Parts: sequence; structure tokens; C-alpha cells
Amino acid sequence: MSKQNNLSVLLKGILRENPVFVLILGTCPTLATTTSVISALAMGFATMAVLICSNVFISMLRKVIPDEVRIPCYIVVIAGFVTLVQMFMHAFLPELYEMLGVYLALITVNCIILGRAEMFAGKNSVGKSALDGIGMGIGFVLALLSIATIREVLGAGSFAGIPLPILSTHKISIMTQAPGGLLVYGIMIAVVNKLTHGKVIKKKEFSCAGCPSASVCHGGCAEAKEDK
Amino acid sequence: METFKSLIIILMGSVLVNNYVLSRFLGICPFLGVSKKLDQATGMGIAVTFVMLMATAVTYPIQYYVLEKNGLGYLQTIVFILVIASLVQFVEILLKKFIPALHKSLGVYLPLITTNCAVLGVTINNITDNYNFLESMVSSLGCGLGFLLAMVLFSGIRTYIDESEVPESLKGLPVTLMAASFVSLAFFGFAGIIENLFA
Repeated sequence: MSKQNNLSVLLKGILRENPVFVLILGTCPTLATTTSVISALAMGFATMAVLICSNVFISMLRKVIPDEVRIPCYIVVIAGFVTLVQMFMHAFLPELYEMLGVYLALITVNCIILGRAEMFAGKNSVGKSALDGIGMGIGFVLALLSIATIREVLGAGSFAGIPLPILSTHKISIMTQAPGGLLVYGIMIAVVNKLTHGKVIKKKEFSCAGCPSASVCHGGCAEAKEDK
Repeated sequence: METFKSLIIILMGSVLVNNYVLSRFLGICPFLGVSKKLDQATGMGIAVTFVMLMATAVTYPIQYYVLEKNGLGYLQTIVFILVIASLVQFVEILLKKFIPALHKSLGVYLPLITTNCAVLGVTINNITDNYNFLESMVSSLGCGLGFLLAMVLFSGIRTYIDESEVPESLKGLPVTLMAASFVSLAFFGFAGIIENLFA
């Protein structure tokens, strides 16, 4: 990885390498928690907090962790921070804790976090890793927010719980359910594809061959050695 | 008889109604990634079912006899993910040593399962739903079979998508996601099946 200036490290997560729309990471929480704007924001910020902390921590430990066992080490660090966030939310934001349920614990296996640990934090300085975490986190929050806005406005006729005129009496309730999530996500990726003139497809070069979506879940364990 | 009925209801519920992939969005990554060919989809589905059953059999006693006895319930996430990761490694080594033929067909999928959220999801859900050991095992079996069913069905659809002319910007993932959306819509047809199963 060549030298990147700090600003581009921060900004690339928001647009050019948006984790949800361009890198196609973390599809499960993206689909599951975007039924309403509130839960999407809660999930987004919880993930962002874990991402920044784990990026910083893993970057600090990158010279200590032996290469062969780095994936289990990363997972333990991430699971630790997820537990902290869980306890914090349980204590101070019990409603959101109930709303996110099992998906909060599943941040542990969110490909974005393991992916950034593997692709960025394990190779870069602490400061850059923190910036990368912030940028990717903001990108994730914005992506979740955009999908959740479409789904909630069309599906429940409200925005962040506030009912909208006309729409609230003409709900397309399928949008807040499972098929709507997949459909909106598919359309959003298609729109991003169109706007970037297919650059998204070219980006696939640093993901695993066998998998279009979870580049790093897999890259992390099975095919990581091929990268070197 | 009552327990048998409740077990059947849990099984059918987790296979059809609350299908992990299509209605709870767990395990979407392998669902989209490995569903290109029927044999791969079947292999992955069977491997996931197997690991889910093993993981539940191990994590259930750990939760109730180790963590809760010692007031360590909050360590659930860390302990479960470590147990699943080491279990997958262990199963892979065992298969390689004793059943090389099976390892050849399933082995490649095993490392991918460690970070599959469906496996962690099912072990945690079994605890939060207060299932007993037998119910947990049945629910894991159902989730695994549901995953297998979704994978196999979808791999059939994927072959049609690959052969059809798709607009440029919809190529690849977008059209796959939309197709998955319609499969998920079809699964809505099962919604009332549980209430009327023994009516």
C-alpha cells in the first residue's frame, strides 16, 4: 500500500470505498437493521464505535501479533469491544438494545470490521487506522441511513418515527419486510454502479474470487495467503 | 406428544417461516457468494448445518454450566465466537485425518463458516429464546436445513440469471439481490403454516 495522505484515508471510506455500496461488506446488518431510521442509526454508530476502537487497538498490536494467528486475535479484540458496546447500550440505551437484539452481538462477525483490520489496521500506523475507522464508520452510517430512509418512508410512511402526510395512509408495507430490504439494496448498488460507470465492478479485484460480497470474511481466513 | 408437537413447530418455523437467510438476513454473504453452482451450494449448506449442530451442542452447556454458574453471562459473545472458531478448526482437522473424501468436498467451506453470522446467530438465539437442550438442537437443525434449502433453491435461479441479458448497471450483485428479494417474497407464503400445523 503506497503512502496516502490523511485526508484521503478519511474520505475514501465515505465515498470512493464506501463499505456497503462499493466494497459490499457487512450485508447482513445492512439488510436487517434498516427497517427504520432509528435502528439503522443505532446500528451504524455501534458498528462505528467498535470499528474505530478495534482499528486503533489492532494497529497498536500489529507488531506483537504473530502472522499465523492474526485472525483469531483480531476476532477476540473485536468481540471484546462488541461486548463493551453491548454493556454500554444495555445500561444507557435499553430501548435500542432491545430493538437491535441479536444483531448487536453479531457486530463481532461483521465483515467490515474484520475486513478493515485485515486490509488496513494490520498494516498501517495508529493514527491512519483511526482515521480509516472514522471514515469507514461514517460511510457505513450514511449507507444505512440512505437505505433506511427509503424503506421507512415508503414502508411505514414515517421518518424516524414521525408520520408523514399522505404516505402514512398509503404504506407499502413490504418495504419494511425482508424482500423490500433486498430489493432496495439491489437498486442502490445498481444506482451506484451507474453513477460510477461500473467502477464498482472493477473494484472487485481486491476481493476473493469465489465471493462477490463478503470479500474479507473469506479473505480473512481462506484466501488471505494468496494476497501476499 | 406435546413435546414432539412443539419440536415439530420449532423445526418447521426455523426452516420455512423464520428462514435465517431470507427473513432474518443471517448468512447473506455465503448465500450470495457460494450459490453459483448447485453442488457448491449443497456442500456449503450441509457444512453449515453440521457446524450449527456442533456449535449448539457445545455452546449450550458452556452458557448454562460455565458462564451463568459463575456470573459471567456477559462474556457470551467472546466465548461463543472463540468456541465456534476453534470448533471449525477442530472439525476440519478431524475430517482431514479420518474422512478425507468428505474433507475434500466440504473442507473448503469450513474456514468460511467461522465468520458466518448465521452460526453465531443461531447459538445466541437459542439462549435468548430460552430453549432447552433438545429444542436448541432442533432449532439449529431447522436453521441449517433452512439455509440449505435457500441455497439450493437460489442456485437454480442463479443459473437462469447468468444466462440472461441484464442491463449493464444491474449486472452481478444488484440483479442477484433483486432475485433474492423475490425468493424471499415467495417464502412469505409459509407465514401461516405454523398456526395451522396441528389444527
